[in-house]
Amino acid sequence: MRIHLAGVFVDDQQKALRFYTETLGFQLKHNIPLGEYAWITVVSPEDPEGTEFLLEPDNHPAVRPFVDAIGADGIPSTSFAVDDLQAEYERLVAAGVKFVQPPTDLGPVITAVLDDTCGNLIQIQEQKPQP
Amino acid sequence: MDVYRAIADPTRRAILDELVDRSGQSLFELCARLTMKHGINSSRQAIAQHLGVLEAAGLIRTRRVGRSKLHWYQGDPLKAIAERWPIATDERDT
Repeated sequence: MRIHLAGVFVDDQQKALRFYTETLGFQLKHNIPLGEYAWITVVSPEDPEGTEFLLEPDNHPAVRPFVDAIGADGIPSTSFAVDDLQAEYERLVAAGVKFVQPPTDLGPVITAVLDDTCGNLIQIQEQKPQP
Repeated sequence: MDVYRAIADPTRRAILDELVDRSGQSLFELCARLTMKHGINSSRQAIAQHLGVLEAAGLIRTRRVGRSKLHWYQGDPLKAIAERWPIATDERDT
């Protein structure tokens, strides 16, 4: 068994597609219209055949209370891996991205948490080389 | 809540240490720091209760910023301790 799909609930799929592609730098994989909404997935340009990331509409009534509650405590909806966290942080801040947690050294990893503007906090993390 | 009881607990002192290191943290960030830097593996609920004690003692304040509730260290209540028992006095053995 493999993990082929992960994702987040977003308040506006088109806005989310712009943020996840133009700002974060992922690539569109699928954009299949399904009536009012669409099946939209993105992939990393570093791994275009890898796990797809679904930008799922948040229209179910349970979604907003859940995502808002974890966001209030600063809990990210998901986490992405980067090679150079400080460089990504500076690139994204320059692009206007708001971080709720700047790069923080936690020992084996360095993490930061950003706001995706679509309802979620997203962690990015750099794994340090094993000593 | 008096300040003496608030700072009597080592986990609460570690929370203050981390908020001095960086002010304006979410519960998530604080829990990550306590686990990774102090080996404190208390539940989020337990840490939230500690934050409530510290807030009641006036040692932290909270504010919602964007999606998240953030916590700041506030040292004013500790002034009362230094004023009550001054570090330097004029009553030395002179």
